[in-house]
Amino acid sequence: MDIAFYITAAVTVIATILVITRHNPVHALLYLNVSLLSHAMLFYLLGAPFAALLEIIIYAGAIMVLFIFVIMLLNLGKETEEQERKWLKMKVWIGPSLLAAILFAEFLVLVLWSESAAFGPKTVNPREVALSLFGVYMIGVELAAMLLMAAVVGAAHIGRHKRLVLHRFLKEEKEEHEEAVI
Amino acid sequence: MNEVFRYLLMIVVMLFTLTTIAAWLIWLERRMLALWQDRYGPNRAGPFGLLIVAADTIKLFFKEDWIPPFAEKTIFVIAPAIVAAAVLLSFVVVPFAPGILVADLNIGLLFFLAMSSLGVYSIVLGGWASNNKYSLLGALRGASQMISYEVFMGLSLMGVVMLSGSFRLTDIVMAQKDHWFVVTQPVGFILFLIAGIAETHRLPFDIPEAESELVAGFHSEYSGMKFGMFFIGEYLGITLVSAMVVTIFFGGWLGPFLPPLVWFALKTFVFIVLFILLRASLPRPRYDQLMEYGWKIILPVALLNLLITGAFALLKG
Amino acid sequence: MISLLRTMWLTFLHMFRKRETIQYPEEKVVLHPRWRGRIVLTRDPDMGERCVGCYLCAAACPVDCISLQATEDENGRRYPEFFRINFSRCIFCGYCEEACPTYAIQLIPDFEMGEYDRQNLVYEKEDLLINSEGKYPGYNYYKVAGLAAGVKGKGEGENEEPPVDVRSLLP
Repeated sequence: MDIAFYITAAVTVIATILVITRHNPVHALLYLNVSLLSHAMLFYLLGAPFAALLEIIIYAGAIMVLFIFVIMLLNLGKETEEQERKWLKMKVWIGPSLLAAILFAEFLVLVLWSESAAFGPKTVNPREVALSLFGVYMIGVELAAMLLMAAVVGAAHIGRHKRLVLHRFLKEEKEEHEEAVI
Repeated sequence: MNEVFRYLLMIVVMLFTLTTIAAWLIWLERRMLALWQDRYGPNRAGPFGLLIVAADTIKLFFKEDWIPPFAEKTIFVIAPAIVAAAVLLSFVVVPFAPGILVADLNIGLLFFLAMSSLGVYSIVLGGWASNNKYSLLGALRGASQMISYEVFMGLSLMGVVMLSGSFRLTDIVMAQKDHWFVVTQPVGFILFLIAGIAETHRLPFDIPEAESELVAGFHSEYSGMKFGMFFIGEYLGITLVSAMVVTIFFGGWLGPFLPPLVWFALKTFVFIVLFILLRASLPRPRYDQLMEYGWKIILPVALLNLLITGAFALLKG
Repeated sequence: MISLLRTMWLTFLHMFRKRETIQYPEEKVVLHPRWRGRIVLTRDPDMGERCVGCYLCAAACPVDCISLQATEDENGRRYPEFFRINFSRCIFCGYCEEACPTYAIQLIPDFEMGEYDRQNLVYEKEDLLINSEGKYPGYNYYKVAGLAAGVKGKGEGENEEPPVDVRSLLP
């Protein structure tokens, strides 16, 4: 099982690096997708099958599709690829990656030289997830639900459009119709 | 070692059987459509035209496998493989009969939903990579349709999960010993069926393809065996949704007298024929009508169904 | 919703209807006698060619698929030297048949003229000419025409009076 974990972890890291370095946005998104799938695999290996499948359903299956949806509509061609290539210069990425490397080193030190709980995969059932969601984290769930509800109502309000009558004949007809209704 | 061998054998047999079934479904569909339109359908190659499938396959293999020069090559090639792979992966959790299944995951239902959600990618990427405006329109429609209907698909199944208390498909089947879930969850069944049709983008919900408006939608530019993959994927999808309907709402392999596998196959066959009947009789709705129908009717009904089921479950237990 | 179910039920009932298909190569299609198919050149009852090479069919043809060259025999009877129809252009409209003053060119109920080579669709006179009178049996153009062209003498035709001697003064 350990070997499976390390292979998946390596796939995740490589895929994520490729996400950053791809010039074509759709290719980058596809690698991000692979990264998400391997994340799901990691969750599964760590004993959280429910979280793993939710990751696939929600992130890989819905959110990434929307990303691709938007990028498809932007009609990005060769020019953007050139632009990306220009932007991805040494002096641009060297600073952030050095800082990130420091953080990573710290993280490694903490992980390797500290007394941590034994790495024991204990499978978490969907039942346990549900119980903790609607028991311990009740308030969080309720707040998230309210936020989502507000988002849905807002989206519905923005998405609603008045019927635009472009032709005068149709307009008259419509007015007559409205009068008749009144 | 023996166990591993058994699994491998099961996988190979299932792969072979499913692709064969998907291929014969093409023949079945053409014959059934012909029957309902007072025609004969393919009846020349072999007895009852059964060998039309072989002829079709040979034709697809020998066709020029053309990649348009304006297409995005890698993605163009990957896209058709995704649909077939995603659907075949979903079959991993389908319990055909006791003992005849690949993996009895304790989250089988979610696995099915996850894999069917990954199927969207083949449409989106195929349509985008073709670099053709009709393909792109088909891909956009496909993406929005499948994402929306996936929501209802999941919601319509949650009632069943509540009643059986498990995501494991074998548990769901065993929970139907007394009565099928179609009796206690009729609304869930209808919603799941509708969502399933939309999810496999079959007629009448085939707006990603919509021959009359979009040439052939997302697979306009595909030819040869790449098109064949889309085709096989579609028929595998029909088989999958029928099998899932049977497993979840019609008691899976349960049934008197006959062996379990025969019961399962019979029930699945009935639903496949229902799919074909839908194609033969119903017209395609407009794109915005479909979306409006989904979000304004099916979503509230599914939530209401969930609420009422929850209330009943609370009262009983 | 009810109407959808009703549609499905009605479609389902079609299962028990008779099938309309005609199994073509084994079972032939019934064609009506005036069905416009392959073009033929017919002969008169004496087995002479009816065509007089007047070019009216070629002029009437909307797709210009007919070409012919008229000539005369020693009796002064006109006939086509060659007569060529390009069936890969022909649209089987039947205008040539309507234009023909001698009922020579006719469209008959036959459509089985598929070829593997397009050149074979160009029919020459020997392919077009048939040993039959076609749809108008008994009609002989030179019997009713005033012209003597070896079929009958002047004034011997049907409904024809003997020729008038224009040099005499008698009415």
